[in-house]
Amino acid sequence: MSLDDISIKVADLHSIGSVDALLNEIATRLQRFVTTGETALIDLKGLPFSPAEYEGLRTMLGRGEISARLEAIGDSELYETHYPGVWWVTHYNVEGDVIADLLEIAAVPAILHSQPEDVQDGLERLQHTLSQNK
Amino acid sequence: MTEHETLEQRLHEQGISRRSFLKFCAAMATMMALPPSSATAIAAALSQAKRPSVIWLSFQECTGCTESLTRSHSPTLESMIFDLISLDYHHTLQAASGFAAEQARDEAMKEFHGKYLLLVDGSIPLKDGGVYSTIAGRTNLDMLQEAAAGAAAIVAVGSCAAFGGLPNAQPNPTGAVAVSDIIKDKPIINISGCPPIPAVITAVLAHYLTFGALPALDDLGRPKAFYGETIHDRCYRRPMYEQGKFAKSFDDEGARNGWCLYELGCKGPTTHNACATTKWNGGAGFPIEAGHGCLGCSEPKFWDVGSFYTPLPAPAADVTAFAQAAALAGAAAAVVLSTADRAKQRRAQRSRQKLTVSDLKGE
Repeated sequence: MSLDDISIKVADLHSIGSVDALLNEIATRLQRFVTTGETALIDLKGLPFSPAEYEGLRTMLGRGEISARLEAIGDSELYETHYPGVWWVTHYNVEGDVIADLLEIAAVPAILHSQPEDVQDGLERLQHTLSQNK
Repeated sequence: MTEHETLEQRLHEQGISRRSFLKFCAAMATMMALPPSSATAIAAALSQAKRPSVIWLSFQECTGCTESLTRSHSPTLESMIFDLISLDYHHTLQAASGFAAEQARDEAMKEFHGKYLLLVDGSIPLKDGGVYSTIAGRTNLDMLQEAAAGAAAIVAVGSCAAFGGLPNAQPNPTGAVAVSDIIKDKPIINISGCPPIPAVITAVLAHYLTFGALPALDDLGRPKAFYGETIHDRCYRRPMYEQGKFAKSFDDEGARNGWCLYELGCKGPTTHNACATTKWNGGAGFPIEAGHGCLGCSEPKFWDVGSFYTPLPAPAADVTAFAQAAALAGAAAAVVLSTADRAKQRRAQRSRQKLTVSDLKGE
């Protein structure tokens, strides 16, 4: 029995065209980021992909040098794709469901920056600890 | 009764970081089908938002809508109920029963008169004085009219509350009608579907919470963000339709190849809903992805318009020409959707201004 005897087939992604369309969109946004520094976000949950196309997009974009994990009301996975400046950002809730699935065109995803409010809170905690130790 | 302090105060007291809050807002933007860049504007609005009181009345229904809501993933129901809204009465979900439950409803209606959101699922039977559905000895009609009088707005959850639903199917033995057939003097938002997509229910509540107003509605009172396009417009099998590749039976070569289900009775072209993108069961899929056509459950009278397996009527011309016409119609619909506020959003993005809450409201 050969592989051809099995009725399940590998989908031909290019015949559908949605992945190619999105890759063009990414290229346009990336060009704009290079020229003007303008960052962009693409909401993958708003796009009509079949599971095969979604996996196809993952394969096409690949993985680059950096990945990060955020633990804030559930996990978040962030990694730079094979194309520097194109980040895949997936937010999960505490139950492990995907609550946002984004492509971010930026030098660093915005959520990785320390937030001024949190920095201020941390500074106060540190000063409080120091005053206790005196 | 709960204190209606702002969300920012509550989160800070719970030790939730600003970064967590921004992540939450990114999820909210996704859920409300707003541009992902609007998360910052949502954060600003939500910081000052107060928790609205919500009263949920269930009438002539199957509890499928509540089942749907309790499977809402983003954000979790728990966070919706305890952090975002104050669910003061829901006879299926609340712990209290009997007189204590009815008392909770009375107190909420009194304390938040003119301010609470009223959610209704199920149709309302009018025949024979409304005797076919009663709660605590009172008819649904009586209870709806009383609760509607003090409501800021009404959300009709599911096709029964929105359009009459299955109880309204011919010969309609109980005289079932929709909320909008009875209440004429309050804003009503219809979240149709049998059941509606859980994320759409929570998104409408989140929109109300964030902006203090109901979202833009279509001519059937449904939020445009989710019902503005058809299943067909957003279907991943749409390119197959354009190419004239149709499954002719549920087990033929075309069905196995994932071709368009139009000729097997799919109602996607006439059904407005967000199933193709928002999807079901935590994003696992939607009916067409499972190989079955759309039943059209978010449209009025879907229960009385013939077989689910009869193809939609097409012009006498060959189907390729029809497909081209449909593609043009789709393009036209997209133009209509590009309303002034969308244009403003794009202009703001182009000139790199930050979006404000009023931009998102379309002011």
